[in-house]
Order: sequence, then C-alpha cells, then structure tokens
Amino acid sequence: MSEYILDVTDVDKNFGGLRALSDINLRVKEGTVHAIIGPNGAGKSTLLNVIVGRLAPNRGRVLLGDQVLTGKQPHEINQLGVARVFQTPEIFPELSLLQNVMVPAFAKRDGEFKLGFLKSLFAENEIREHAEHLLEDVGLISQKDNVAGSMSRGDKRRLELAMCLGQHPKLFLLDEPTAGMSRHDTNRTIDLLKRIKERGMTKVIIEHDMHVVFSLADRISVLAQGAIICEGTPEEVRNDPRVKEAYLGGEAV
Amino acid sequence: MTNTKIVSPKQDLLYMAILSVVVLTMPIWLQPFGAAYPDLMQKFMIFGIFAIGYNILFGLTGYLSFGHAAFLGVGSYTAVWSFKLLSMNVIPALIFGTILSGLFALAIGFVSLRRSGIYFSILTLAFAQMSYNLAYSVLTPITNGETGLQLTQGDARVLDRMAGIEADASLPTPNLFGIEGIGYSGFYICAALMLISFFIYLRIFRSPFGLKLRAIKSNQNRMGYTGYNTRPYLMTAFVISGMYAGLAGSLLAVTDPLAGAERMQWTASGEVVLITILGGVGTLIGPLLGAGIIKYFENIFSAFNETVLLNAFSFLPDWLAHPVAAVVGLFVGEGWHLTLGLVFMLIVIFLPGGIMEGISRLARLITNRNKAEPKSGAHENKEKEQASAGEV
Repeated sequence: MSEYILDVTDVDKNFGGLRALSDINLRVKEGTVHAIIGPNGAGKSTLLNVIVGRLAPNRGRVLLGDQVLTGKQPHEINQLGVARVFQTPEIFPELSLLQNVMVPAFAKRDGEFKLGFLKSLFAENEIREHAEHLLEDVGLISQKDNVAGSMSRGDKRRLELAMCLGQHPKLFLLDEPTAGMSRHDTNRTIDLLKRIKERGMTKVIIEHDMHVVFSLADRISVLAQGAIICEGTPEEVRNDPRVKEAYLGGEAV
Repeated sequence: MTNTKIVSPKQDLLYMAILSVVVLTMPIWLQPFGAAYPDLMQKFMIFGIFAIGYNILFGLTGYLSFGHAAFLGVGSYTAVWSFKLLSMNVIPALIFGTILSGLFALAIGFVSLRRSGIYFSILTLAFAQMSYNLAYSVLTPITNGETGLQLTQGDARVLDRMAGIEADASLPTPNLFGIEGIGYSGFYICAALMLISFFIYLRIFRSPFGLKLRAIKSNQNRMGYTGYNTRPYLMTAFVISGMYAGLAGSLLAVTDPLAGAERMQWTASGEVVLITILGGVGTLIGPLLGAGIIKYFENIFSAFNETVLLNAFSFLPDWLAHPVAAVVGLFVGEGWHLTLGLVFMLIVIFLPGGIMEGISRLARLITNRNKAEPKSGAHENKEKEQASAGEV
C-alpha cells in the first residue's frame, strides 16, 4: 500500500477544444484534509468528476490506494470507498430524512445489488439505528420523518454529509460544502468536519470560503486555468506570490 | 403518503386482513351498485393484479412503460395453449403464463432499460406494437391471427387424457380441480390470486429493495454515487411487473378461454397507465381502486345506447330530447372513452396524485376542522395518544 490514499497522475481533460485540466498531479496522504482552491472555471469540479468516474480523463490515471479508479463506473468507485457531496445537494427529495440515510447504509452493507425483497425494513434495526445516529451527528434527528425535499438548502447539505458519512468512505470528496450557508451554519459544518477529521477520514475539499479552508486544510492545492500552480501547507500557499497574483489578486487573507 | 413511514409487519397483517374481508365480501356489498355479477368482479380482480404489478415498475421506479399489454397478451396465449395441450386445470396455465411473460419481460427489459425517460417509454411501446403485429401476421400458427386462439374438441390435453378425463359433447371449461373458472367460483379464484399478489406486492413495498426502487425514482444520479448499480434493480422491477401482467393475462384466459391479439394493442397498455394514475401512482391501494373504478364505469357507461338515453330524457319536450340525447350519446356507449379522457384530464390537472391524494386531502380537511374546535379535538388527540402508548 502506498502512503497516499489518492494518487492522481498526469490527468488531462478536454471538452472539445477547451483544455479543462492539464497535467494534473495530486497526491493526498491518508487521514489528511486536502483543499483545492482556485478561481471560478479553474477546473476544480471537473477534477472531482474525473475522480468519481463521472468524466473519463483523456490522459492519465487515478489511484485509490493501490486500486485503479480510471475507467470504472461511479457506483464501482463508490463501492471501493469514495463518497462525494455535490455543489447542489444530491439527496432523495421524496424520501424521509431517515430513509435518505438508510439507502447509502444499505449500499455499504449489501453491495451494488441485492435482491432480498421479502425482508421488512422494519426488521432492519441495525441500519435504522445507524441512520438515526448519523442524523443526530448532523443535528437533524428531530426531523427524521419529514420529507427531505422540503428542507432548507443548508439542511439538505447536512443531510448529504450524513448520507456520505454513513458509508465510512476511505476518501470523502466535498464540493463547496458550505456554499450558500449562513456564518452560523458554516461554523457548525466546520465543527462537524473537524470531528470527522479526528476520526481519520481522508478528505478533499473544494471551497471558496478562505475561513473554511484555513481552519480545516492540512495541505492546499491552487488550481488556475486547469493547472495546479502551487501546492503546500496553508502557510506556504498564503505567502506564495503566484497564488496572490492568480487567485487572491493581492488581497490579504 | 405512507411512503415516508416505516410500517411494522403487524400493521400490514391488519391491512391484509381488512383488504381480504372487503374483497371476499364483494358479491354482497357491490349489490346496491349493480356490480355484483361475476364477470365484472373477475375483471376488478384481474385488472387489479395488472395495475398493482404495473405500479411496482411505474410507481416505485418512475419508469413509464407503454408496452405492458404485451405481457398481458403473452400470458393469455400461454394459458390457452396450456389448456389446449396439457390440461384444463388452471394451475399449469397460470404458472406457464406467468413464467413466459417474465421471460418475455426479461428480453424486452434488457433492451428498453438501456434508456430512461421518454426513450424508455417509446422503446416499450415499440416492442408492444411489434408483438401485436406479429400476433396478427407471422405468428398466426401460434396465435390464430384475427380469429383469436380458441379451445376445440380435438385439443390434445395430454394430462387430462392421462387422468382419464375426456371432453364430452360441449367444450370443457378451465377449472381448479373441479372448481370452475367461470361464475362466482371464478371470481373467488381470481380474488385469492389477487390477495396473494397483493401480499407479495406489499412485502416488496416494505422491503429495503422497495426503498431502493423509490430512491431510484427520487434521484437516480445519487444512486450511482451511492454505490448502486441501478440496472439490475430496474430489470428486476420490470420483470416482476411483467409477471404480474402475465398472471392477469392468464386469468383473463381462465375466466374466458380465448385469446386475441387486440389484448396487446397500445390502447390496452394505455389503460393500465390510466388506471394507475387515476388511483394514485406509487400508493399501495390506489391502483386497485383505479382498476375498480375504471372497469365499473366502463361497464355502466358502455351499456347506454340511444334508446336508453331517449327514455332517460323523455321528461323533456320531444324537440329537445333528441338533440340532448345525441350530445350525451357521444360520451356513453362506444364513446365512453371520451368521458374517460375528460375525467383523466381533470384528475391530472387538479389531483395529480389521483384518488388517493383526494382521499388524503379530505382526511386532512377533516382533521383540521377538528383542530378548529380546540376542546373536543385536543381531548380526542389525548385519548388517541394514550391508546397508542398503551399498545406499545
């Protein structure tokens, strides 16, 4: 086993004539939080899409530990231990909160397909208790029987976090987990993410909010125009003149 | 509705018991409605099976199939062939009808489920129309073309002959070890199978498998990133609903042992979509209600003809009675589909959740009214709470 849980090597991605990613190399150590920052359109979400198998890269490969992810389907990649929250929360709007969290927990236990349609949900105590515990973690337990679609956007994000956490992923990808949240909700999310960090889950976070980035990240990569222009600890990145020029525009952080 | 709650199996047993009583006493309580005759009640049961099966696909996964009549037809043809070749006993007919429809669904699903949304619907429609046309043309040796497949005196009936049962002068009727498939006994055979089908359907609804199907309907994209391979789930739902349709088709042949290609036509596929939407897509009991209501009104409305209408409007002066009867006549008899279309439009526009949504709206209205009278309402609620606490 290599010491890196995520290993992205020489990845290129083109959309027609547009080069969205060029020569991306990214290594993330197990148990750390790695932030990817960069201006709009830099290719951050594209990079996540390549990792989770939504997009196939034109060149290069992605490894999770020793396993090759490139060329696999999204559900296979998830089964190997990669979970993702999206920029706009992807939940099951018609199901209750509890059911929303139970579905991923079943995927973790049963794999990508299991028939078993004669067992009642009622008898699945373990999964239900697990799901209730997760909802408690994100502070949504009081609404567990409500329909998920009627919640506020911030609550949907927290629900999506709970759904992903229930799978105990080896690698957790978060695409702007606090976008559109109030300062209060943002701080709650940071606290939650810090608690997960203590449990040793590896995370890759895309974030615009520098407050979130500097309070969570162990390492930061700066992406601009499809290329990584700088990588290092928060201190190093903060003081790098290239970053200031490309992204921060000289603004003091 | 009930979809967001996790229901205990005990409650479901109670549910089944109530349903069984309601269904088995139909010959009694349908009498005031003039619907207590066997032919119609058999149809309620058979189309109920067809609709709940369809609801497993459409209601749970959201995949709208426009070709389910093909499975109904395959079930009917298979059952009639089983009567002709093997035995007039309904058991082999039902088993073969269901299994063959399942295999047929496997083949059609394999191709159609490569696409979703409107493309899936079009593919299923295309397959059903192909089956319909094949039954009329190339497959005439199997389907007997336009005449339809019928029993004859000279049929082989291998198993019956081995058991020493010979057909006498008249054509034999399908039976379950002597219980005839027609009349009231036919209704009870259909009712028993409907209840068994409903029980399995209920278990599917309440299982993790059913939850996953609902999750596919809710957000298929998320299912992929959650580690599910959705194709086999959809495939299973499609095949199960195909088997339900096959069972319904075989029962049509049991109650009336002939099979024609028109059973596979797109209007028949459309009918089950109507039934499900009218009753309430994705609800448990909705499709059954839809089947009952549509078959009932089809029966009532198509019975009207001009003479009946003129009689009904005889209180009007002659010069008015004729035009009124002519206009109303458009909506009844052969034209009853026009009425159905109008009702369907009204439902889709004003009550998209079907009859079940109407019922739950009414229930909410009543509970709200109770709340408006605080004293009695609060008291009742307290009593209810105590009662439920006692149960636990």
